[in-house]
Amino acid sequence: MRRMNRRTRVLMLTLVMALLLAAVYLAGLLVPEEAVASHFMEARQAPSLTHLFGTDTLGRDLFWRTIKGLSVSLTVGIAASGISAVVAVLVGIAAAVGSKRVDGVINWVIDLVMGVPHTILVLLISFALGRGLTGLLVGIACTHWCSLARLIRGEVMQLRSQQYVAVSRRLGKSSGWILIHHLLPHLVPQFFVGLILLFPHAILHEASISFLGYGLPPEQPAIGIILAESMNYLSAGMWWPAVFPGLTLVAIVLLIDRLGDNLRKILDPYSAQE
Amino acid sequence: MKQTAMRLGRVFVRKGLRIVSLLLAVSIIAFALVCASPIDPVQQYILKLGTTVSPERRAALEEYWGVNDPPVERYVNWISNLLKGDWGESALYRRPVAEIIGERFANSLALMACAWVLSGLLGFFLGCVMGLYRDRWPDQILQKICYLLSSVPTFWLGLVLLLIFAVTLGWFPVGFSSPIGVLDADVTIWQRLYHLALPAITLSLMSFSNIALHTRQKLTDVLSSEYVLFARARGEGKWTILRRHGLRNILLPALTLQFASFAELFGGSVLAENVFSYPGLGSAVAAAGLNSDVPLLLGVTLFSALFVCVGNMLADLLYGIVDPQIREVES
Amino acid sequence: MEAKHESLLEIHDLSVSFRMYDHALEQHDLQVISDLHLTVRPGEVVAIAGSSGSGKSLLASAILGILPGNATVHGHLHYKGQQLTPERQAQLRGTEIALVPQSIAYLDPLMKVGRQADGHRRPRPTEKRRKLFARFGLPEQTENLYPFQLSGGMARRVLVSTALITDAKLVIADEPTPGMSLDQALEALTLFRTLADEGRGVILITHDIDLAFAFADRVAVFYAGTTVETAPAADFRTGPEALRHPYSQALWRALPQNGFEPVPGFQPYAGNLPKGCLYAPRCPYRTPECEQAVPPVRTVRGGEVRCYHGA
Repeated sequence: MRRMNRRTRVLMLTLVMALLLAAVYLAGLLVPEEAVASHFMEARQAPSLTHLFGTDTLGRDLFWRTIKGLSVSLTVGIAASGISAVVAVLVGIAAAVGSKRVDGVINWVIDLVMGVPHTILVLLISFALGRGLTGLLVGIACTHWCSLARLIRGEVMQLRSQQYVAVSRRLGKSSGWILIHHLLPHLVPQFFVGLILLFPHAILHEASISFLGYGLPPEQPAIGIILAESMNYLSAGMWWPAVFPGLTLVAIVLLIDRLGDNLRKILDPYSAQE
Repeated sequence: MKQTAMRLGRVFVRKGLRIVSLLLAVSIIAFALVCASPIDPVQQYILKLGTTVSPERRAALEEYWGVNDPPVERYVNWISNLLKGDWGESALYRRPVAEIIGERFANSLALMACAWVLSGLLGFFLGCVMGLYRDRWPDQILQKICYLLSSVPTFWLGLVLLLIFAVTLGWFPVGFSSPIGVLDADVTIWQRLYHLALPAITLSLMSFSNIALHTRQKLTDVLSSEYVLFARARGEGKWTILRRHGLRNILLPALTLQFASFAELFGGSVLAENVFSYPGLGSAVAAAGLNSDVPLLLGVTLFSALFVCVGNMLADLLYGIVDPQIREVES
Repeated sequence: MEAKHESLLEIHDLSVSFRMYDHALEQHDLQVISDLHLTVRPGEVVAIAGSSGSGKSLLASAILGILPGNATVHGHLHYKGQQLTPERQAQLRGTEIALVPQSIAYLDPLMKVGRQADGHRRPRPTEKRRKLFARFGLPEQTENLYPFQLSGGMARRVLVSTALITDAKLVIADEPTPGMSLDQALEALTLFRTLADEGRGVILITHDIDLAFAFADRVAVFYAGTTVETAPAADFRTGPEALRHPYSQALWRALPQNGFEPVPGFQPYAGNLPKGCLYAPRCPYRTPECEQAVPPVRTVRGGEVRCYHGA
C-alpha cells in the first residue's frame, strides 16, 4: 500500500516538474517581441511588480528576456544531449560488442576528446562553424558523449558476462537476438537516464559558452549573454541583471537534475533502492 | 632490479607513444576545424586595421597567412615551425604566440595551482567529514551543497562573488592580476595573491564537490571494510582508524583524481579568467576565438591538451609509485 | 585443574537482533541470535560448531562490542565475573580479548604487516613482535611485506601474532582453517591449543567440525542462532550415543568418516523461526511439547542441552 503511494508520489512529482519545464519552454517561444523590446523610459529599473527581474540599460524586461533565454537554452540542451546520447549509445555498444581493435580505437577517441578541456574544444568547434548557434550545438554534442559512452560500454561488458547471456549464446542465439532480448531492455532505461543527466550539463555549457560571446548574436536573449552584459554594470550598482537570470538558470538546472533522478527511480527500481 | 627498470621503461614508452599520438591528433583536428571555419582571418585582420587596404597589400597578407595554399601544406608548415619553436604570430596581440602563451600561462598557472590546492584540501576534508558522519546531518547538508554547486555555472558563481565581495563589500579588487598603474616588477607577492583570491576561490568552489563526493564514497568503503572491523576489534577508536587506515587508503585515489581533473580545471579557468578579467590563457583564448586570431587559438588548444596530458601522466605515475600492489604488478 | 572452574567468559540468554528496513521502508527487528549460553574457562579451547548462518561470527562481534549500529543486544555477558558493558568492551578489546580474523582481507592492504601487527598502541611493541614472528618461524623481512605478498600460511601466523602481541586472556578465532590444507589446518589448530595450554581461554569458531573435536576441550553446537548443546569434546569423539541433542547426533553422522548422512530439511532463517524448539521441524523425536515452547537448558551427563528429550 505504502509502496504504491511512494511510487505514485514520485510519478506525480515528475509530471509536475516536466509540466513546469514545458511551460517555461513554451512561454519562451510564445513571448511577444513587445515584451522584450526596449523602452528607454523604463531603463535600469530595479525589480518591481511590473518588472519582476527589473530592466536592463536598454529598458528591456529582464524576466521575459530570461524566460526567452531559457527556452533557447532548453532547445540547445535537448538537441545537444539528444545527439550526444545517441552517439554515446552507438559508440558504447560498438566498443563493448566489437572486436578488441574497435574497442581500442574507441577508447583512443574518447581519450582524445577528454584530452582537450571541453570549454576550449567547444570554442574551437564553434569557431569552425562560424560562431553561431549551430556551432555551439555541435560543439556541446561532440564533447558530452564520452562519459555516457564509457558508462554504457561498461554496462554492456558486464551484461555480456552474465550467465543468462552466456546460456543464450550456448543455445545458439545470434548476437543480434541477444542484443535485442537481453541487452536493449537494460540499456533503454540507462539511455534515458543518461540523456537526462547530460541535459543540465549541456545547458550549463551553453550558458558558459554564450557568456564568452559565442553562440547567439549579442542582441538575442540568452542567459549567458544577459549575464555577460550585466558584468558591465556591476560596478554601477546594477545587481539584478546578474542575480535573477543566474538564479533562474540554476533553478532550472536543479529542476532537470531532480527530474532525472525521479525518472531513474521510476525506470530503474534497483538503483533507487540504494 | 634491472628487470623492473626495463618494465617501467616499456610502460613509459607505451604511454609516451599514446600521448604523442593524441597530441598529433589534436593538432590535426584543431587545424582542420580552423581551416573549415567560414571566418576569413585576412578579412578580420583588415577589418581590425580600420583602413581600406589595396589589393596588393591584401594579396601580400594572403601570401603571409598562406590562405591560398592547400590545407595539408599549411598544416605541415605550421606543425614543422611549431616543432622548431615558432608557434606563429598572434594577429590580436602582434607578438609571437609562444611568448604570449608563456607569459599568460604563468598567470593561469598561479591561478590554477591555488584553486587546485584549495579545492583538493577543501574537498578532501569535507569528504572525510561526510564519510565519517555518513547519513547524519553533516553529511546530508554537505551533500546537498555539493550537488547544488555542481548545478551552478562557474561564471555565474564568479559574478555573484564579484558582486558581493568586490563591488558591495569592497574586500577584493574587481579584476586584473596586479594593481593598475604599478610596474610589473614592483608588484609584491601579496598583491598578486590578493588579486588572485576571488578567481581562485571561484574555481575551487566549482571543483571541490567532485573530490569531496569521491572521498566520501571511498571512506565509506574503507569504514565498512573487513580490515576496519578488525581494527575496531583491536580497540582502535574512530579517529585512530581514520588516521591509521582511512587516510592511508583514501589519500591516493583522491590525489589521483585531482591530477586527472586538469581538463576541468583548465576549462573552469577559462570562465573564471573572463569573469575577473584575469590576464591568463583562458581570457586570451576566448579573445582569440572572437577576434579570429587563428595562430593563438591553435597554440592555446594544443597547449591545453599538453597540460591535460601532463596531469594524466602524473596521475598514472603517482599511482604506480605509491600503491605497492600496482608497483608489484607492474614490476 | 582448579583454575578451570573460574570462568573467563559467561554468556546467558544472549540475543542479538538487527533493525531492518524492507522495501516499503517499514522497520522490523530480525533476531539472529536467541537465548544463547556459553561459558569459557581459562586454559580451555571451546569450539563453536555449526553450519553457516547459525550466527557464529556474530557472536564474536557481540562479545567484542563491534556489532553494526542497527544491532541490539540483550542478555548477560560477563567477563571475569564483571558485566561487559559497552565501555568495558571498549577497554578490553585489543587488550584482554583479542580476535584472530579469518583472512588477510582483515589486514589493511596498504600497511606493512610489521607495523600492522604492532597495532596502534604506544609504545610500539616491536621487540615483542619480532620475537613472536621468530617463534612462528616467519622470516625477518616479513615485517616489511604488504599483506597481499604473504602466503596463506604466513598470513595465518601474522594474524595470530596480532592477538598474541596483546596480553589477551581470551582469544576468539573466527574460522581459522577454511581454505587450508590438512597440514596447515593442523598447524593452526595446534597453535591455538598451545595458546590455551599457556592459560588463555580460546573460542574456536569453525565449521571444520571434526578438526574441532580433536583439538577442543568442549564443543558448543550452534543451530539457528542458539546453542543446542555444549558437551566435552570427548563425547563427540565417542559417537552419537554419547551426545545429547538430536542435531548434534545428526551433525556427527553427516561427517564423511561417519557415513556422510545428510540432515534432512533446512535450517530456519532468522525472521522465520519456529515458535518452540528451533530444531523441532527437522527433529525425528519431536513431540507436541517441542512445538509449544523453547526447551530450557538442562544439564545431562556433564553437558548442557536444550532439549526436552535429550538424555
